Amino acid sequence: MLQLLQLIVSGAAIGCIYALIALGFVLIYKATETVNFAQGDLMMIGGFIGLSAMTVIGLPFALAFIATIAAMALVGMGTERLVLRPLLGQPAFTVVMITIGLGYLARGVVTMIPYWGTETHTLPVPWKDEVIWIGGEGSGLVVSVEHLVIILATVALVALLYVFFRYTRLGIAMQATSQNQLAAFYMGIPVRRVNMLVWGLSAAICGVAGLLLAPITFVHANMGFVGLKAFPAAVVGGFGSIPGALVGGLVIGIVESLAGFYLPEGFKDIAAYVVVLVMLVVKPNGLFGENLTKKV
Amino acid sequence: MHFLFKTRYEQDIALFKHGGQRFWYAALAVALLAAPWLLSEYTLSQITFIGIYAIVCLGLMLLAGFTGQVSLGHAGFLAMGAYTEAYLQANGWPFVISLPLAALVAGITGVMIGLPALRVKGLYLSIATLAFGFILEQAVVSTEAITGGNAGMQLGKLVIAGIDFDDGSNFYYLVTFIAVLCVLGVVNLLRSPTGRAFVAIRDSEVSAQSMGINLAHYKTVAFALSAALAGIAGALYAHKIRFITPDQFGFLQSIELLMMVVIGGLGSIQGAIFGPAFWFVVQQLIVTGKDWLPEALGQQTGLQPTIFGIILVAIVLFEPLGLYGRWLKFRTFLEIFPFYRKGMFRRQKSYMKSERMK
Amino acid sequence: MTTPLLEAVNLSVHFGGLKAVNDVSFDVWPNEVFSLIGPNGAGKTTIFNLISALYRPTAGEVRFEGEVISRMPPHVVARHGIARTFQNIELFEHATVLQNLLVGRHCHRHTGWWQDLLFTGSVRRAELEFRRQVEEVIEFLDLQHYRDSMVAGLPYGVRKVVELARALAMRPRLLLLDEPSSGLNTEETEDMGFWIEDIKEDLGITVVMVEHDMSLVSRVSDRVLALNLGEVLTLGTPEEVQAHPGVIEAYLGGTADV
Repeated sequence: MLQLLQLIVSGAAIGCIYALIALGFVLIYKATETVNFAQGDLMMIGGFIGLSAMTVIGLPFALAFIATIAAMALVGMGTERLVLRPLLGQPAFTVVMITIGLGYLARGVVTMIPYWGTETHTLPVPWKDEVIWIGGEGSGLVVSVEHLVIILATVALVALLYVFFRYTRLGIAMQATSQNQLAAFYMGIPVRRVNMLVWGLSAAICGVAGLLLAPITFVHANMGFVGLKAFPAAVVGGFGSIPGALVGGLVIGIVESLAGFYLPEGFKDIAAYVVVLVMLVVKPNGLFGENLTKKV
Repeated sequence: MHFLFKTRYEQDIALFKHGGQRFWYAALAVALLAAPWLLSEYTLSQITFIGIYAIVCLGLMLLAGFTGQVSLGHAGFLAMGAYTEAYLQANGWPFVISLPLAALVAGITGVMIGLPALRVKGLYLSIATLAFGFILEQAVVSTEAITGGNAGMQLGKLVIAGIDFDDGSNFYYLVTFIAVLCVLGVVNLLRSPTGRAFVAIRDSEVSAQSMGINLAHYKTVAFALSAALAGIAGALYAHKIRFITPDQFGFLQSIELLMMVVIGGLGSIQGAIFGPAFWFVVQQLIVTGKDWLPEALGQQTGLQPTIFGIILVAIVLFEPLGLYGRWLKFRTFLEIFPFYRKGMFRRQKSYMKSERMK
Repeated sequence: MTTPLLEAVNLSVHFGGLKAVNDVSFDVWPNEVFSLIGPNGAGKTTIFNLISALYRPTAGEVRFEGEVISRMPPHVVARHGIARTFQNIELFEHATVLQNLLVGRHCHRHTGWWQDLLFTGSVRRAELEFRRQVEEVIEFLDLQHYRDSMVAGLPYGVRKVVELARALAMRPRLLLLDEPSSGLNTEETEDMGFWIEDIKEDLGITVVMVEHDMSLVSRVSDRVLALNLGEVLTLGTPEEVQAHPGVIEAYLGGTADV
C-alpha cells in the first residue's frame, strides 16, 4: 500500500511536468489553432537559461527563476512574431512542420552554444537530493523534496493562471480570442498581439517546467523529448481543455510510474503512448474535450 | 514555352506529356545506367542511399503530400521492413520472396496504424502515428529472440541467382531498378481514380464523402501502400547498412523523413526524390566543409541539425512547394524568358478555415 | 406517379438542447425542382446534411426511392445517385477543374487500387470513358476555358459553377444545391437559373435546393417548402408560399411592423 502511494506521488510529480507542457500546447492551440511540436524544446531552452543564470552569472535560484520566466516569454513572443505570424492562414500541416523544424533547429543550436554543449548539467537547486518522511522517519512515506516542489509549484502556477484568466483584462481577452477570433477582433481586441502574448505565456510556463524538471533529469539538449509525452497528456484530457491538460498530465505520469514498477522493463517508456492510443480508440475527444466537427 | 495542342484524351493520361519530357527522362535513364562507370565507389554508395530514401519518401509523400495524413512514426514501417528482411534472410529465404514479404509485413502494420486514422484526423492522427512509432521501436527492442534487441542484427551476404549483390555497383542497379518501379507505381496510382480519391480526401473530406469516396477504405489503402513502400526501403536499407539496431528507426528518423519530403516539395512525386537527394548532398557538403571552418564551429555535432533546421524553416516560410516548386519557377523563367514576372506563382492568400464547430 | 423520389418522414435532429430540425416531413417527386426557403437558422442546410447522411437524425428517417438512406454512411448515399453542392464551396482546391470533375465519376469506378497501380488496360479504358463523360458536363456548363486551371486560382463565381459541374459529373438522379446563387452577381444568378432549368428539362435530374433569392426560387421551382426554426411553415407553389402570412412574418419579424 505504501509502495503504491509512493509510486503515485512520484508519478504525480512527473505528471505535473507533463501537465505544464501540455498546458503550454493547449494555450497555443486554443488561441491560434496551431500545434507547437517544439514545446518540449522550449522547456529545454528554459532549463539551459536557468542553468546559465545560476552557474555562469551566479544568481540565486529565486532570481534565476524570474530571469528564466522573463527570458522564455521573450523567446515565445519572438518565435510567434518572426516565424508563426507570417504563416497565418496557411494549412495546419505547414505550421506543424515549422514547429517540428524549430525543435530540430533548437536541439542543434543548443549543442553549439559554448558551455551548454552536448553534456548533461546539474542545476544546483537548494533542495537537491533532500527527502521528507511523512508518517515517521524510516517507516512512513518518503517524498523527495524535488517531487514535492514540482507538485506545489504546479498547484501555485495553476492557481495563478486561473486568477489571470478569470480576473484580468488580458486573461479575458485571451479567452475571448480563443473562443472566436473574428468576434474578438470585432470587439476591438488586438488578436495578433494577444496571440503573441499567448505564445509568450506558453513559453514561460515551459520555462517553469524546465526548471522544475532539471533537478531530476539534468539539463541536456535532448531533454525536450520529454515534451512528446505531453501530447498523450493533452489528448487524454481532451485537446483544447485546460483542466483536461492538467488531469491528462497526472494520469499519464501516474500510469507511467506504475507501469515502470509493475510491468516488465521497457513498458515505462511506452506506457504514455499505449494510453493515448486506447484513448483515441475509446474516446477520441478526451475526458474534457469538445466535439470538433467541421461545419459545412 | 511549349504549347501543347491536344487532340486526344489519351494525351492527358500519358506518362510523358511531350517529346521534350521523353528526351530528358531518357537522358536521365542513360545517366543512371552509366553511373557506375563514371562515379567513384563512395559517390555511388551515396546515390544508392538516395535511392533507398527516395522509396520511403515516395511512400510518405503518398500519405502526407497526396492524402493529407501526416505520419510522425514512419521510421516504424522502415524498421518492420528491415527486420523482416533480416529475419527471413537469416532463415534462408531468397531475396525475391523476402522483399515482397517485407513490404507485406510493413503494409499490414500500416493497416493497423491506419485503423485509428478512421476515427481520428489531423492532429490526433499525427499523435497516434507518433505513439505507434515509439511502440514499434520498443517492440523491436523487446522481441530479442527475433530482432536481437538493442544488440542489433547482422545481415548476411545478398546473393540473388548466384550473383553477388553486396557489390557496390550491382546493389546500386538493384536499388535503382526497384526505385524506378516504385515511382512508376505511384505515378500510375496518381493518374487513376485511386490517386484522385486520395487528393480529394486531402482537400476536403466532407465533399469526398459526398462524391461517394469511402474514406475508411482509401485511408487504409494509403497507409498500407505508404507503409509497404517504407518496408521495401527498409529491406534495402538493411542490406546497405548490413547491421541494424532499433535506434536507427527512432523518432528522429521519422522526423528527418518528414523533413526530406517537405524540403523536396509536398504534393509532387519529384519532391520525394529531390528531398533525399538534397539531404545527402548537403550532408556531404557539411562533411567536406568542416575542414575549412574554424575548429570551434567545424567540430560541433550540432552543426548538421542546425543547418537542416534552418533549411526547413526557410523552405516552409519562403517556398512552400519545396525544391520542386523552386525548380518549376526556374524552368518557367527559362521557358518564357524574358517575360517572367515576380508573383506568377504567388499563392492566393487564404484565410484560416476553422475546423471548429462554433 | 407511384412513389416519391425522396421522402423525409418526421425528421428531427437535436444538437444538445437545440432542435435544429423538428418533425419535418415532405416528399420530392421525380423531375421537379423543390426549394427549401426560410430565414437563417431555419434548418435548411441541416436537412441537406441529413439527406446526404452527414448527420444522423435524432428521430424519423429519409427514404430514397422507398429505401431508408438515413442510416447509411455518406459515401453509400452518394452511390445511390444523390449529389450535392455546399454553401461555402467544398472543392478540391489543389487540383485542376478536370480532376475535380473526374472525382465526380468516382462512384462509377469498377477498378481496384491494385489495377490502378499497374495502370492496366481496363483502367485506361475506364479513364477515357470517364473523360468523355466529364467533357459532356464541361460543354454543358461552358467550362472549357477552365479545364486545366487549378481551382485555388479561380474566381468565386467560376468555383460555384465548377462545384455544380462536379455534382453533375456524378450523373445523379437527385441533385442537392445549397444556395446556388449566393455570392453570384445578377448575371451569374441568371445563368444559374437557366442551368437549373436545363438540368431538370434536358438531363431529367430532380433538384432540391436551398435558396434565399426569391426571384430565382419562383422562377425555377415547382414547389417550395418554407421552414422556420426547424419546423415546416407551409408547402406549395412559389406564389402560394410567398403569400402565406407565416412566411412573411418569419422573414419580416411580425406582421404588425409591415
